[in-house]
Amino acid sequence: MTNIWSIAKKEIRSYFSSPVAYVVLFAFILIYGYFFYNLVMWFNLQAMQMAQNPYYAQQININEMVFSPLFHNMVLILILLVPLLTMRLLAEEKKNGTDELLYTSPLTVGQIVLGKYLAALFMLAVMLGLTALLSLFAFAFGNPEFAPWLTGYLGLFLLGAAALAIGLFFSALTENQIVAAILTFLTLLLLLVLNWLSQIGSGSWQSVVGYLSFSQHFEDMARGTLAVKDAVYFLSLSAFGLFLAHSVLQSRRWR
Amino acid sequence: MIEVQGLTKRYGELVAVSDLTFKVEPGRIWGLLGPNAAGKTTTMRILTGYLPATSGRATVAGFDVFDQPDAVKRSIGYLPEIVPLYMDMTVSAYLGFVAEIKQVPKAKRNAAVARVVESAGLKTEARRLIRNISRGFKQRVGIAQAMIHDPQVLILDEPTIGLDPGQIREIRELIRSLRGEHTILLSTHILPEVTQVCDGVVIINQGRLMASGSLADLAASYEKMDGVVLRLRRSGAEEAALFRGVPGVVKATVEGSEIRVEWGRGQDLRDDVARLALDKGLGLVEMRSVAGIEDLYMKIVSGGLEQ
Repeated sequence: MTNIWSIAKKEIRSYFSSPVAYVVLFAFILIYGYFFYNLVMWFNLQAMQMAQNPYYAQQININEMVFSPLFHNMVLILILLVPLLTMRLLAEEKKNGTDELLYTSPLTVGQIVLGKYLAALFMLAVMLGLTALLSLFAFAFGNPEFAPWLTGYLGLFLLGAAALAIGLFFSALTENQIVAAILTFLTLLLLLVLNWLSQIGSGSWQSVVGYLSFSQHFEDMARGTLAVKDAVYFLSLSAFGLFLAHSVLQSRRWR
Repeated sequence: MIEVQGLTKRYGELVAVSDLTFKVEPGRIWGLLGPNAAGKTTTMRILTGYLPATSGRATVAGFDVFDQPDAVKRSIGYLPEIVPLYMDMTVSAYLGFVAEIKQVPKAKRNAAVARVVESAGLKTEARRLIRNISRGFKQRVGIAQAMIHDPQVLILDEPTIGLDPGQIREIRELIRSLRGEHTILLSTHILPEVTQVCDGVVIINQGRLMASGSLADLAASYEKMDGVVLRLRRSGAEEAALFRGVPGVVKATVEGSEIRVEWGRGQDLRDDVARLALDKGLGLVEMRSVAGIEDLYMKIVSGGLEQ
């Protein structure tokens, strides 16, 4: 455990001693702010019109009208930024020969992979945490429900965690950071839009392809419903990514 | 302290190390000598647990490299050929990180960093980013990280490569100063490094053991002749013939631009040979004794000697 923490600490320090952390955080908050502002403005307009009619007035819901679409937008931004967070993690060690230091120290490959993953999760938590502060404005000036909002954030974190694990795998696969980033982005995008494929098929095809897609699992969470099967999906995807990264590193050493 | 027995490493078809056997006594500095691509780095990587061997056994500090890798890793300090540095860290932060992953107890970490900074002569650079320090200092940081957990065994892969002559001398002195406290195995393709720093040597070529033992033993067993190599104004067959006239000289041959004069062991004809060169006015530029090991090494490298 201390070994994992040593690696994680080093990686977190490295994020913040290069421009990576600052650029990623800045981009994420900027885009979040833009979407948030627009959705709130749109909501205001809608709310004023709907308030004229007592039937529609019942249905004004800031969670569904602001946060749910906001979370959907943020998934896209996460998919763009996650590759930038993970591309360096293992590829750079290999390229600079520093992996030789790690492998000749009393550390296991598993500890190295987990340490790196933990550092990336920390960055994800900071990204989401900072945007959560922004959305407190909605709580200060409106009355959104807390539970669905929290579920949405949990969904973003779980999806991000799975994306990071996939990114870590591609970083283990190559010593070229750009290649790692592009392959990660491609895979994440594919996972996001896989459910489009399910619309043209039917039967078990439809349900299998649909199940593999990010969208289907994130849909409910963005709306505020927490389902065990969705959490299980993201967690098992994370575990699978880490397992693949571990296997790649382990097998490379035994070749 | 280090024992290698029948070590073999194959990469597919390529045999990098073949049936290597040698031994290093505790507290000694041993050189692993061979031309480039002889299998030096592969051997060291196996000893440090970075690579698995195809077959054979190796023990370091009494632990088996394959069965007890963690115990071996704790007792080895390793400087890889490419110094594993994180450019965006300061020297002391980097050494602190290495201390952490080498499992130096938290309470002793600062003292360990201070100790290696001192002994590697890094005091002035401790707070600078590794990116910004010179090549020579980077190499010192590499040696410092290898010593951080005070290991019994140091394995240094080409510790002086790419340095300028002044830096090379400093690094060699640093390594010599570690004799006794640590058992050191260092690899090099430069013979003088071995004769200046090491107590013994393992010579390999194309992955196979060519010779091993202490320098004195090797020289004694290989060299049946004593002699000198002369560099003269003109080193031709005529001049060589002159030296054959010196009583006791067995052989005098032209080797490139030099003349090699040899006599039986136990005699010392150096004065006679030098006097002849002076008397005849041959323009003596250089005279050095035949180093047995050098001769052995040259033959091995040129492929003229089989095990």
